[in-house]
Amino acid sequence: MTDVVATNETILVVGGGVSGMTTALEAAEAGKQVILVEKRPYVGGRITQLYKYFPKLCFPTCGLEINQRRTKQNPNVTVLTMAEVTSLTGSEGNYSATVKISPRYVNENCTACGACEDAVEAEFDNEYNYGLDKHKGAYRPHRMAYPERYVIDPAMIGTADADKAKAACKFDAINLEMQEETVELKVGAVVYATGWRPYDANKIQPYGYDRYKNVITSVEFERMNDPMGPTGGKILRPSDGKEAKDIAFIQCAGSRDRNYLKHCSRICCMATLKQTTYATDADAKSTVYYIDIRAIDRFEDFYQKVQKDENVKFIKSKVANITEDRETGNPILNGVDTEGYNRYATPHELVVLAVGMEPSLDASTLPEGISINEHGFIENDGTNGGIFAAGCASDALDVNRAVQSATACALKAIQVVNRVAGSEG
Amino acid sequence: MSNLNNQMVNKYRNDFLKEVEANVEEGDWVKMCMQCGVCAGSCPMGPYWDHPPQEIFMMIRAGKREEVLSSTSMWMCTSCYNCIARCPRELPITHIMHGLAHYGKRLGIAPKNQPTLKFSQKFWENLMTNGRVNELKLGITLYFIDGFVQGIKNALAASGIGLGMFKAKRLDPMEILGGHSVKDKSGLKAMIKKAQEIEEARISGNQ
Repeated sequence: MTDVVATNETILVVGGGVSGMTTALEAAEAGKQVILVEKRPYVGGRITQLYKYFPKLCFPTCGLEINQRRTKQNPNVTVLTMAEVTSLTGSEGNYSATVKISPRYVNENCTACGACEDAVEAEFDNEYNYGLDKHKGAYRPHRMAYPERYVIDPAMIGTADADKAKAACKFDAINLEMQEETVELKVGAVVYATGWRPYDANKIQPYGYDRYKNVITSVEFERMNDPMGPTGGKILRPSDGKEAKDIAFIQCAGSRDRNYLKHCSRICCMATLKQTTYATDADAKSTVYYIDIRAIDRFEDFYQKVQKDENVKFIKSKVANITEDRETGNPILNGVDTEGYNRYATPHELVVLAVGMEPSLDASTLPEGISINEHGFIENDGTNGGIFAAGCASDALDVNRAVQSATACALKAIQVVNRVAGSEG
Repeated sequence: MSNLNNQMVNKYRNDFLKEVEANVEEGDWVKMCMQCGVCAGSCPMGPYWDHPPQEIFMMIRAGKREEVLSSTSMWMCTSCYNCIARCPRELPITHIMHGLAHYGKRLGIAPKNQPTLKFSQKFWENLMTNGRVNELKLGITLYFIDGFVQGIKNALAASGIGLGMFKAKRLDPMEILGGHSVKDKSGLKAMIKKAQEIEEARISGNQ
């Protein structure tokens, strides 16, 4: 049974991505008790799936390692993974949260030796790599996953494969009898850091993500470029496994469009500019199709640097639709450009859709009266009591801004629990 | 050009966008275009337009009055609604195109020999005779739209279709004698006249 001590001076952080970790750590390092609830089997969220950050082109693993170490060392933070808040009731200083913890089937004896992974045969789509490859039925989600513990896929339970995994474990770390648990937590303040998910590219019918193999999303492209990723860092066409040397990027794929997401997702322009540097590094040419490049504030110099790269071409046009050359598997981009109104039908070897950010918040778990805007993000408008939104739960933000917002939320949450402490004592 | 129209031209000569907003159906949407180009790229007739919708919107904002209103472009629109379905800002592009075509026609500067315009005029005249479309007469009118000799050729070429339609009771040869009509022809004409008056009054109110 999971033992969690919580009082109304405890801060609950929902979501353990970079925003949630930041809020939790800032509050914990200021001496507050924090419970961090994360849906995945590991913390770090979507930054763990990035190859490089813009604009410095440094590796997210660096900051991730620091945050994981801070988490490990701080006794004030309790991390619950594979856990979800299913309901939240109450008011400022006095919330009651129901948390559902799914069974991991692996306990703290695990040394991440990998014997169970070698023993099993079943494979599942690897969500961490956006389905570009498979993971075994017993797996470590990614190489830096914290907590550093394996996971058994629930579909394995009751199969002979699961028994093989159990038999292979020398540390008695596998417990196939583990059950789902529900815990009730009494907390003073809640910070939602539920993050984002890439917009479902299947919904953008004219771009044929569902029909053409060589049309992929920006998040998949990011995974491809990771040397530890599904293609070993090579940019490979899904149709024939050949290296792509002529890559098109389509901006606003799902964003700034009343048919899909109304809001500007804000990060996609910079993400694409960053990804053109991956292409250049792989001796590939990039063509960016855009409405306008929104390299927000101090990132303009990054845009200028990419513009100077001879391997990168910019075409001011929102692509109207994509067709396919059946012989070569090349997607053909059709449209009219805005600088000269020239009609084009240009084939490229690989097309990357810069998909938008959609909030992954399930609003049904929130108490009544929490202010949510038309895009599905929580508004921090002062009427939400002791509930705050950090990072991409509040808006489409890059990592830099998400961390700023998370730090601000830590302070807000600390103020709430301090008020509680004052009134009690 | 009527006096009314001349007044309008003078009033808005330096501000074509305002003129479009005031007088063209759904014209107040023109300023919302963000020049992404999806309409132009999605138009199945696009390759045949002199200026795709995206360019028309920009020309309106640049004050290119004569070029826009005398353009054949808007007359190419087949109302497939692909542009409206895909426009990220939900501009009613099809309606604006028809509105511009209509406005150019009203001002008398629409291109004279544009086939869609000619057809629309013939259709309207046919319809207003009896308040019902006389398909036989409309068909014959269209055959002879490019002259008598071409008309005979067209009629002979399509005689098989005509005979088939007659056999399937889709074509009544008696329609050549006047044809069927609405019950209250004069009432319909009075109604259309009133509607035209209201529209005239609306546009003159914009002066």
